[in-house]
Amino acid sequence: MTQPTILDLIGTGPNGWGIALAVATVMTILIASAGFVIGAVIGVFGAWAKVAGGPVTRSIAGFYTTVLRGIPDLLVIYLFYFGGSAVVTAIGKLSGAQGFIGFPGFLAGALAVGITSGAQQTEVFRGAFKAVPSGELEAAIACGMSRALRFRRILAPLTLRHAIPGMGNVWQVTLKESALVSVTGVVELLRQSQIGAGSTGLPFDFYIIAAAIYLAISSVSGGLLQFGEKRFTRGVRRG
Amino acid sequence: MDLPFLYETFLSLVAALPLTLQLASSAIMLGAFLALGLALCRLSGILPLDWFARTYIFAFRGTPLLVQIFLIYYGLGQFREVRQTIFWTVLRDPYWCAVIALMLNTAAYSAEIIRGGLLSVPFGQVEAARACGMSRFMTFRRITLPLAIRQALPGYSNDMISMVKATSLASIITIMEVTGVAAKIISETYRAIEVFIVAGAIYLAINFILTRLVAFAEYRLSPHLRQPAALPAISTGVAR
Repeated sequence: MTQPTILDLIGTGPNGWGIALAVATVMTILIASAGFVIGAVIGVFGAWAKVAGGPVTRSIAGFYTTVLRGIPDLLVIYLFYFGGSAVVTAIGKLSGAQGFIGFPGFLAGALAVGITSGAQQTEVFRGAFKAVPSGELEAAIACGMSRALRFRRILAPLTLRHAIPGMGNVWQVTLKESALVSVTGVVELLRQSQIGAGSTGLPFDFYIIAAAIYLAISSVSGGLLQFGEKRFTRGVRRG
Repeated sequence: MDLPFLYETFLSLVAALPLTLQLASSAIMLGAFLALGLALCRLSGILPLDWFARTYIFAFRGTPLLVQIFLIYYGLGQFREVRQTIFWTVLRDPYWCAVIALMLNTAAYSAEIIRGGLLSVPFGQVEAARACGMSRFMTFRRITLPLAIRQALPGYSNDMISMVKATSLASIITIMEVTGVAAKIISETYRAIEVFIVAGAIYLAINFILTRLVAFAEYRLSPHLRQPAALPAISTGVAR
């Protein structure tokens, strides 16, 4: 048998892994997006706690961001995967189930990635909030807007505008972090490449393909983010 | 809380700490040289060098570190040509593969930080050095590089912290550093939370000490910024 070339591997022919790789790519994007969204929600509340909270909430948020930014992401993934399994097994025992119950890898991965990116997004949103000129908020109060209206019409859009570049960075980090979820056995891009490398004996080809796909995802999303940034800052005068 | 278990875990994890520190420090130090080379390529004004550095930085920053580790550790062994060279003794060893991957990765990130530092050196300083008759190399060694290092240090410390965190990935290619030992204990005892607390505390302690050390280095390197303590108005910019 002749060795398949890289083109054979990414094709859909008899030696092709194209469809498997495409599905795995979608999985990677799903994990990264789920993690990013969870992180954004945490980030909004974390920033809120840091900006407007009392001493207790502030120190909890501070502890959270310090710890999660100082600990390897892999450890957090292990915590959620194994810790989650332990919790689920304990609950299973209570309700009469026997033996070990695994925690779904996708959920563990998305939560772990979300909580780490949440720590970064807390700081992004906090910085963005601080960049909103207080005069804008005063003007909104002077116009008689209620708290909710002020948040929806003034604070949220302006904070988002300042947050986009930082969020873009966090997204790139989150995307690369999603590769670590492969240790839980979720068949995302890297895990699929490992499977392919194992069964064909062509690790270099598969990891190069994976690297190229990651590069493509990050460049395309980087371009989209730049477009978004341009759109949301079209009211800002430059220079 | 099961204190004896925590203590036992702590002892086994601390035994793995030297390996983590060794991985991080060798990757950071080797990476710094490579990063300086890349930054100089970007600033050289020679197009092929500039484009080489740009492509390198783009590729290494755009792909996950784990993919890079796998490419070097598993990928290169695919070629018989590689396996027959003397490099194979190095590339066969997971430790060196991890060091090489971490080094190549950190170089891509810190090259941009160093480039920013080099660009921030005021041209007047370089001009003054040339006027004193220093050669190009001496100007670089005595004036540009020290000033650039001072400027780049805060950004560089972020990079060093992410490198300490990144050493945890070496555990995936069978290296028993702190995370590797932690994962082993977790899979033996299924007590993820306790092990996580101990391992996390160790990493936090490393990073805390690292930030303190960098802050100290920053303090030592900027005596000229310490003087205005007597004139707070100037240092805050009010007098201007």
